Amino acid sequence: MLYNKPDPQEVKVLTRRFGLENSASIDTYLATDGYQGFLKAREMTPDDIITEVKTSNLRGRGGAGFPTGMKWGFVPRTSPKPKYIVVNGDESEPGTCKDRLLIENDPHQLLEGMMIAGLAVDAHAGYVYIRGEYRYLIDILDKAIAEAYSRGWLGKNIQGTGFDFDVYTQTGAGAYECGEESALLESLEGKRGVPRIRPPFPAVSGAFQCPTVLNNVETYSAVPSILRDGGAAFASLGTPRNGGTRLFCLSGHINRPGVYELPMGFNLLRMIEEVGGGVWRGKKLKAVIPGGSSCPVLTADECDLAMDYDTLAKAKTMLGSGGVVVMDEDTCMVKAAMRIMRFYAHESCGWCIPCREGTAWLRKLLIRFHDGGGARSDIDLIGDVARNMLGRTFCPLGDAAAMPTISFVEKFRGEFEAHLAGRPCPHEHADHLALV
Amino acid sequence: MSDLVHLTIDGKPIEAPAGTLLIDAVRKYGIEIPAFCYYEGLALQAACRMCLVEVEKMPKLQTACTLPVAEGMVVRTETPVVADARKAMLELVLTNHPLDCPVCDKGGECELQDMTFRYGAGEGRFNETKQHIDEKQWSPVVFFDRPRCILCYRCVRICNEGMGVAALGIANRAVTSEIIPNEADHLNCDECGMCIDVCPVGALTSGPYRYKTRPWEMDHIATICAHCADGCKTTLGVRNNSIIRANNRDHSGLNGDFLCVKGRFAFDYGASQERLQTPLARVDGKLEPISWTRALKTIAAKFGEVRQRGGAFGVIGSNHTTNEENYYLQKFARQGLGTNNIDHHRTGDVITLIDALAGKGGQLATVEDIYNAPAVVVLGCDLSHQHPMLAYQLRANVRHHQAQIYPITPGPVREDNQATRSLRVDKGGEVEALGSLAAELKQAGGVVILYGDPVKGDAVRKLVDFGESLGVPVKYVALVDYSNSRGAIEMGLTPELLPGMTPSNTGGMRIGQMLASTDLDVLWVVGANPLKNRAALAGKPFLVVQDLFRTETAEQADIVLPAGSAYEKNGTVTNVCGQVQMLKKGIGAMGTKTDLDIFALLAKEMKLDLGPATPDALLAEIRTTVKGYDVVLAVLATGGAAMTGVNGPVAIDVPVDAIHSANDTMYTSGSISRYSKALTSLMEYPGELYSGKSK
Amino acid sequence: MTFSPELEAKFDKLMKSYPPGRLRSALVPMLLFGQDELGSITPELIDEIVNRIGVTRLQVQEVLSYYSMLHTKPLGRHHVQVCTNISCLLRGGDKLWDHVCERTGLKNKEVSADGQVSIEEVECIGACSWAPAVQVNYDFHHNVTREELDRLLDGLEKKQ
Repeated sequence: MLYNKPDPQEVKVLTRRFGLENSASIDTYLATDGYQGFLKAREMTPDDIITEVKTSNLRGRGGAGFPTGMKWGFVPRTSPKPKYIVVNGDESEPGTCKDRLLIENDPHQLLEGMMIAGLAVDAHAGYVYIRGEYRYLIDILDKAIAEAYSRGWLGKNIQGTGFDFDVYTQTGAGAYECGEESALLESLEGKRGVPRIRPPFPAVSGAFQCPTVLNNVETYSAVPSILRDGGAAFASLGTPRNGGTRLFCLSGHINRPGVYELPMGFNLLRMIEEVGGGVWRGKKLKAVIPGGSSCPVLTADECDLAMDYDTLAKAKTMLGSGGVVVMDEDTCMVKAAMRIMRFYAHESCGWCIPCREGTAWLRKLLIRFHDGGGARSDIDLIGDVARNMLGRTFCPLGDAAAMPTISFVEKFRGEFEAHLAGRPCPHEHADHLALV
Repeated sequence: MSDLVHLTIDGKPIEAPAGTLLIDAVRKYGIEIPAFCYYEGLALQAACRMCLVEVEKMPKLQTACTLPVAEGMVVRTETPVVADARKAMLELVLTNHPLDCPVCDKGGECELQDMTFRYGAGEGRFNETKQHIDEKQWSPVVFFDRPRCILCYRCVRICNEGMGVAALGIANRAVTSEIIPNEADHLNCDECGMCIDVCPVGALTSGPYRYKTRPWEMDHIATICAHCADGCKTTLGVRNNSIIRANNRDHSGLNGDFLCVKGRFAFDYGASQERLQTPLARVDGKLEPISWTRALKTIAAKFGEVRQRGGAFGVIGSNHTTNEENYYLQKFARQGLGTNNIDHHRTGDVITLIDALAGKGGQLATVEDIYNAPAVVVLGCDLSHQHPMLAYQLRANVRHHQAQIYPITPGPVREDNQATRSLRVDKGGEVEALGSLAAELKQAGGVVILYGDPVKGDAVRKLVDFGESLGVPVKYVALVDYSNSRGAIEMGLTPELLPGMTPSNTGGMRIGQMLASTDLDVLWVVGANPLKNRAALAGKPFLVVQDLFRTETAEQADIVLPAGSAYEKNGTVTNVCGQVQMLKKGIGAMGTKTDLDIFALLAKEMKLDLGPATPDALLAEIRTTVKGYDVVLAVLATGGAAMTGVNGPVAIDVPVDAIHSANDTMYTSGSISRYSKALTSLMEYPGELYSGKSK
Repeated sequence: MTFSPELEAKFDKLMKSYPPGRLRSALVPMLLFGQDELGSITPELIDEIVNRIGVTRLQVQEVLSYYSMLHTKPLGRHHVQVCTNISCLLRGGDKLWDHVCERTGLKNKEVSADGQVSIEEVECIGACSWAPAVQVNYDFHHNVTREELDRLLDGLEKKQ
């Protein structure tokens, strides 16, 4: 099912089957070149498969943007241990709602991507970890898996190729942290979603302490077309070092919010104006979070840039998970910062001191500040506490909480000053605030 | 692992074996990288972020506790950036900390205090409400105060990895994370208090110690635990002549950081209300207080009279008295009283082992060997209950060296959890069952075999034959029960053997014979309770008992002399492995005398010349005259453990029927435990604690 | 304890989903699926899971207290979850939440006296482009307005 209308500027690679009747069924899939990438890969050596993925310049769609082919290449294929393909379907980054659509509308594309990864690293089993709130997706995927088994596209000796592959679904139960790959593996092993010390990385010691390829739903979903049409074709859709298309999730104060598949490097302002139909209610743009809530915010003036990993890194923010959150001129930036911090304080796993204590402190501080109880010194303190977390936490969640906070204070200091003691939020009355 | 890598720390070139963690590598060079969560020997956490250091070519600060050294690595541990990070971590961890140092038991020996003093900020910037959670009591001995907790997870790991109990876990997440016990609101565990010991702050506190003192008001006296035979070092915290706590302050003993429930909490038996404080004499059938002078004169007169007329003496010594006391007692008996009727409660067959290993040398395992052996076999003993420290070493060996473990026991034991393979056999069938492990043990390349009391006499010889047949280094431990059981045998407290396991070649009564004899004129019982499970003596000897309490045996005595406990005397004891260590007097007890002083006074009263009777002089005598006890004094004097070298052959018939372990559990200690409030409170505590079964 | 055939089938499938000796992996799904059927994670459910996959009660406690969807107290039959995270907030998610509180007279994570409805202010549920979003049990409701929310709550009351 689609929740928003497609846009003519979209380049539909991963979403090419979206909107087809019974797009999730194996018949639709097979009728539209489904599993051809797998069959092609079956004829290739593992090294060639990995080279093809490297050629595509596909980079991890979960947030970090690590080159996928390189990641697969780290798996010690000759290890006597079994290897696993694990899918990160824990999509929880605020502003992000794309993996949901990929599983809902084209589950077989994901399965095929997993199988190709299996061929590349000699893995014969895969787990799809899906956040607990997405229960209906587990049902959809389980159905697709059952279809694939019954039609000989999963299980023993797939389509007579001699390749065996099994896929299992696994539910989360409410924890943003399980989107961090090693925390996800802990959760998959029946434990608290606390990240592991790395190295070793999952490629060497992942699921069940065995070599593991772990990628995002969207990353795997891009793989079948890369194998089918060639890595070069995929790469050519994007910009150098940023291959292909990706699903951008437009949300916030925009006329046509929705998920759109656009080439890497698509201009952010055009994305907002043309694809998203511009800022709603005729308002002016104030700020954009370009890649999910953990990315530093961009001011309206900074938004004329290409949406790819490198350009955004140069702009001191991140492409992240593709969640583009648009804020209009009436948005209270203190409130936005506060709400984002409430999220991280709620989702911190609690393992390390700086993240556990830092997010909790900033939550209290930002709530007090937004409610009008702030002092001038608190403005610097907010930035200081965030900087004290930055780069020092056990896993990236601490950075994810610190980075946007620092950017909000630095770029919208005036709004913080406007909230000083005795002056409640100029934008609206104070919030009720649920603590943990 | 032994390849050395070279790196630069704070401008100094250093080297360390490949694989060493940075935090360990620098310590040798006098550089300390601060940490809360890092705890040597336990799983890495990287949670406290205090050990962040600058490493060249790495953009972010790195945790020294997880970073292995690498060739050419350039590290800086004290830069403004590092100092700033540490200051930041302390500021953060103190945000929800109650800062109740003035009333915190840990104040003065708190790592958080020390670290804040060294790296912390001078002022706080946290202006929000602190999160408060009420303190909880988890057992008679363990209290938990969440606000003080910094979540370093040391307690969770020591309980899980160190103890193999896993009674502590982590609940909730984010800032509401907290340590939880396994039974919702209380602990069902060993109550060993290791969690309290490793806690760097005042989050976990000890029931018996709470609010008793400030740490700096105590003297800290390192001595050896008075309970089982493992010989753990325990540091007594003494104030105003009373022991306030026992812990493991400097980790210098052969127990490393370990203490069990007895070592940590059962120091209190000496302070029991039931402690004898004056000699007692039987008057009209009842024991009445008398003076020391009268008591000693009466005994001396009686002993002198019986000796004069060639009457029969029986002497029963102790498993708890020092080597010096035991040595002097056997001298008193043999030379002073002219009797060879001397014995003690024998709890394991050491003698046959020494004989079977005659001439081989170096095959008695030390505690360290148990930690290092590629394979460890445990025969007929519930190790975690009877030898908790050896069991701890064994678990550490599995963790650190992936040792193979083989418990061969009648029932399930905790070691099964670490075992490569467990064998269940009927009592007595242990050695036979061992045969099936031959190939695996050979493969392992080295074995330590621990055996309990079911293995005795011929079974020990068969065991050694089996060990010899493996063709790999094999070492042995004959498991015995109490703090100086080993020393009692080796100091000559048996009729068969003189000190140093020299055959006496003179007949003499053993305990059973003494108790059953109708011919004894005097029975002198020192620190033993042979009538514990026995109604009365067969004969009517003049019964003299030296003890701390009115035990079953003392109740039948003609004269009872109040003796000093192991915490009230100097001397040496020999542990289960044959390692000698020094006791150091912590306190004195009103009205009592040490057993050695009692012997000396009696000798003086009887005008016997048995040589000097001070611990130092006797140790010197033992070192020069007792075979195998020529241990290095400096090792003992500096708190070390010196391995003895008692060697065979020991050409005697070992009376195997006299060997019986008391099969104490984790919470019992012969006749002592019932006088320990701490232990009795735990026994009454709900749960499976005192089931006596391994968990 | 006995479960519905559907849940038993789910559990059976889970037990076969992992490599040998890795049954603990089934813990999180079993807790969540069990909760779905029983309304909460009951001591009996925990006992059953402990027996089936060989974990300790402490391990279960550690895990169930970590995940925000797992509850040891029953929720309402209709658990109304309002997202107020950034994308929803920008489109009035916080106002919706105020409205749900007012309308039901309940506070966060409270259950109505009749056990029919409970409410929760939740973190991002992955419906950012169709904000504000509400989830009732596992059902998503997108682009929710105050009027639609009223209709939704009316519907729940009728379902009783």
